[in-house]
Amino acid sequence: MSTGGHVLIFSLTLFSLLFIVRMVRRNQLPSRYALLWLSIGVVIGFLAIFPRVLDRVSNWLGIAYAPGTFFLGAITMLFLIVVHFSWELARLDARTRLLAEELAILRADPPRDAPGVAPAEEDQPVDH
Amino acid sequence: MGPPDALVREEAGPLPASVFGPARPPPARAARTLVILPALNEEACLRAVLRELALSCPQLDVLVVDDGSTDGTADVARAEGVPVAVLPFNLGVGGALQTGFRYAVAHGYGRAIQFDADGQHDPTQVPALLAALDEGADLVIGSRFAAPDTGSQYDVGRLRGGAMGVLRLTVRFLSGRSFSDTSSGFRAFSAPLLAFYAADYPNEYLGDTVEALLLACQAGFRVVEVPVSMRVRAAGTPSTQNLRLIYHYLRALLSLLSRAPIRRRERALRNTTR
Repeated sequence: MSTGGHVLIFSLTLFSLLFIVRMVRRNQLPSRYALLWLSIGVVIGFLAIFPRVLDRVSNWLGIAYAPGTFFLGAITMLFLIVVHFSWELARLDARTRLLAEELAILRADPPRDAPGVAPAEEDQPVDH
Repeated sequence: MGPPDALVREEAGPLPASVFGPARPPPARAARTLVILPALNEEACLRAVLRELALSCPQLDVLVVDDGSTDGTADVARAEGVPVAVLPFNLGVGGALQTGFRYAVAHGYGRAIQFDADGQHDPTQVPALLAALDEGADLVIGSRFAAPDTGSQYDVGRLRGGAMGVLRLTVRFLSGRSFSDTSSGFRAFSAPLLAFYAADYPNEYLGDTVEALLLACQAGFRVVEVPVSMRVRAAGTPSTQNLRLIYHYLRALLSLLSRAPIRRRERALRNTTR
C-alpha cells in the first residue's frame, strides 16, 4: 500500500478515536463500550503505522494475502460483538417486559372481594 | 399438585421480587378463581363476552389485561366494573397472560382461567375445566379436537392445520404424551402452576401455548385435556398471516427442541439430589 494510503487510514482511525473519546466525555457511551472500540481503534492505528506487522502475521498464519488476515480478524471481532449485542438486547427486552407487566398490575384495580370478606378499611362506614 | 421444587427456579435467572412485596391476601381469596382475558382491540366483542361470563359464572372474578389496545377496550371493561391491567405497550398474548398470572399470585388467587376476549370460548364450559382442576390437575386444556361426540368442527385451514400437526408430534416426542390441541387458549391453572408461570412464561407467538404446555409437562405438573366446543370468531381477524406463521412455527420448533436437553438434565439433577 502507498504511504498516502497509510496516512489516510491512520487519520481515519485517529478521527474515530477522537469521536469515541468525545462521546465518552459527553456521557453518551458507557465506558465498557468505549474501552472496546478504543482498543480496536488502537490496533487499527498500529497496523496503519507498521504495515509490515500484518505481513509478518499473515506469513506466520500461512495466509498468502495479507489484507485477508485483517478481514478475518475484523469479521471475527464484529461477529462476536453483534452476538453480544443480541444477548444484551434480549436481556433488556425481558426486563422492559417485566417492568411493563408490573406497571400494569400496579395501576389495575385490586379484586373486589367476595361478600363475607371484610371490606378494606377506607370503605368502612364512619360512625357519627 | 405439582412438585414443590418446581417452584424454586433459580436457574431461570433472577426474578425480581414483585412490587407488592410479601403477599398478604385475604385467606378467603385462595378459594377463589380469576378469569384472565387478554384483550387487544376487542372493543367490539368485549362487553358481550364480559356480560355472558358474569351471567353464567357470577362467582368468578375477572381481570381484563389490555395488551396495548388503541381502541376503547379498557373503557369497555371499566364500564362493566371489571378490573383492568393496562399494559403500556403491546407485549403479545404471552406477556398479557403473564401479567394476569402475576396479578393472580400477588392477590392470592387459588386458581385461574385463561379466556379469550373475542367471544370464541363458551363460558358455560368453564365449570368443566374447574372440575378437572378439582380432580388434581395443574393445567387443564380445553381441547377443540378431543370431542368426537359433540361433533365440534373447528376448521383451521390447511397450512395452519399441518403446522399444528407438526407441533403436536414434536410435543409428543418431547413430553412422551399426546395432546389433541396444543394451541388452545382456553385453559385453567392451579395455584402452584400459577406461581411457576408468574416467574417465567414464554412470550413469543406459539410460546404462550405450545411451549408453556411443554414447560409444565417437563416440570412435572399434571396436565389434562377436557373437550370443549368453540365458536367462530365474532369479530377481528386471526392474528397472523401465512409467511409469518411459517416463521413462528419454525421458531417455536427450534425453541422446543433446543430447550429439551437442558430441561432433561435439570430433571435428572433434581431426581438424584432427592
